[in-house]
Amino acid sequence: MNYEELIKKMALEDERFVVMTAENRALIRNLPKVLNERFIDTGITEQTMIGAAAGLALRGRIPVVHALATFLTLRAFEFIRTDVGIGNLPVKLSSFVPGFLSDGNGPTHQAIEDVSIMRGIPGMQVFCPADEQDMLYALPKIWTSPSPSYVRINIRKSEYQHDKNFEIGKAEVISKGSDVTILVYGMLFDETLKTKQLLESKGLSVGLINLRSLKPIDEAAVLDAVKNSQLLVTVEDHFLTGGLYSILAELLLKNQLTANVLPLALNERWYKPGLLSEVLSFEGFTGEKISEKIIKELDKKVISKI
Amino acid sequence: MTEATIKELQTTAIKVREHIIKMSTDGGCFIGASLSCADLLVYLYKEFLNVTPTNLKDPNRDYLFLSKGHDVPALYGTFAELGFIEKDRLKNHLKSNDHIYWHPNRNIPGVEFHSGSLGHLPAVAMGVALDCRMRKQTNKIFVITGDGELNEGSVWETILVASAYKLGNLTFIVDRNQFQANVATEELIPLEPLVPKFEAFGCNVQRIDGHDFKALDKAFRALPTNGDKPNVIIADTMRGKGLPSIEARADRWFCNFTHDEITSLIQELHGEGKTEIGSETLTVR
Repeated sequence: MNYEELIKKMALEDERFVVMTAENRALIRNLPKVLNERFIDTGITEQTMIGAAAGLALRGRIPVVHALATFLTLRAFEFIRTDVGIGNLPVKLSSFVPGFLSDGNGPTHQAIEDVSIMRGIPGMQVFCPADEQDMLYALPKIWTSPSPSYVRINIRKSEYQHDKNFEIGKAEVISKGSDVTILVYGMLFDETLKTKQLLESKGLSVGLINLRSLKPIDEAAVLDAVKNSQLLVTVEDHFLTGGLYSILAELLLKNQLTANVLPLALNERWYKPGLLSEVLSFEGFTGEKISEKIIKELDKKVISKI
Repeated sequence: MTEATIKELQTTAIKVREHIIKMSTDGGCFIGASLSCADLLVYLYKEFLNVTPTNLKDPNRDYLFLSKGHDVPALYGTFAELGFIEKDRLKNHLKSNDHIYWHPNRNIPGVEFHSGSLGHLPAVAMGVALDCRMRKQTNKIFVITGDGELNEGSVWETILVASAYKLGNLTFIVDRNQFQANVATEELIPLEPLVPKFEAFGCNVQRIDGHDFKALDKAFRALPTNGDKPNVIIADTMRGKGLPSIEARADRWFCNFTHDEITSLIQELHGEGKTEIGSETLTVR
């Protein structure tokens, strides 16, 4: 099963589903001939597509809407906020090449504020699956929820076997650890798995949490890590402002807690474009580089075991 | 259309204009744009649309979306006259115990969707039109835009797409009152010639006097039932229509009149004298 096959299956079983795209067909090329009129390509018109999706939702449809992440969230932002958000309509936003996944496209295509702006819309749910399997476990629940949603589409394969029982608002706790807990979402999950192994090989107790649901966030899982780990690390292909680091800060403040936090994010800048492997290495987001930063931080702030 | 029907429509339109004037005090409203489309709304709801207070949940009803939004006093005035809402409810204008404010809210029976941000509802209406066609319904979908609203690129984007999808069940109505917020459209971003613009975008276009019920009736009855082009009806109207003291004036956009001015304006509506307007009416909104 892949992304396209999942939509096809769900749409054939439930005629409420319509598939829309602003001429981004990479993952859904075979759907026009299967869904016929329920496949609507509005051309390069993100605003019109979102407005029309709201109209379709008013009629009881569930539009699953596709565009490149930046154009979907930024060009059409006011339509999402005003038509989908105020209307509280079940429009399902699927964003292609979010975060580091736009690798060589350059800053015009770098959706690294998407989590920030989407979670700012009342009622909008936000999900960033770790890989294809994680995403395929999540989408059926996300698409049949009555809420509007934003999903960072991620079709990367991983060796990791995820918990198939995805729940909206629940994190996937991979491990608990007393020295450090890594909070991560999206495609960087795989890198942090390597980080976890590297740190464990040095004798550290490492927690890893896959925040597959960013809004609603799994408050209990995050607070548990806050209470039981000496250091928290947020890892995200997103601006430092408004993403996971901000979510954590809001949670801490709300609960009158404090913590040692190392945020790994893009601070007030876009990333250097290149092939994904180059980007990860240059920006310091490979498993190895993340582990080096964590060790340095532990040395600086926390009584280290190393 | 019989003379008797025309008389009835005129009588209702006068009552709707009274409601609009009454909403132009204690906070005020966008009176100019409301008065320009009052005749259009009265005609549509009273005479043409298959929309009644009792069929608002029927998926086969016609749909009318008010995209220009700030003319909502005309819509609510029409709803009050036709029994969608209690007339008394209009007194809740700008009160927090109701949903009656400067732009449409879906909690008011008859409002299909909220608006306020220009250039949105053409696309929303197109989504509804796409679904109605998928379900092989024969109802019609209308969206009223302002003429200033045609500055918004999203309107033209939607018309391109509606044309590509051959949505003959969709009609864009332009309330061509010649003004945007502060100035005449032709002085700022000239729109004319409008008919060939819409035609070039693949639409079936009519242009009529938006205050002439006979002309309105002829145009709407002429809409094809199985057309393969989106329709455009440009209704030439006058900002502030019905009140000579504010008609066709750039500075009568958002007005918050005194109670005395309101009394005088209602007399003026009935042909009794002209109002001396002393209150400051241009407000930042």
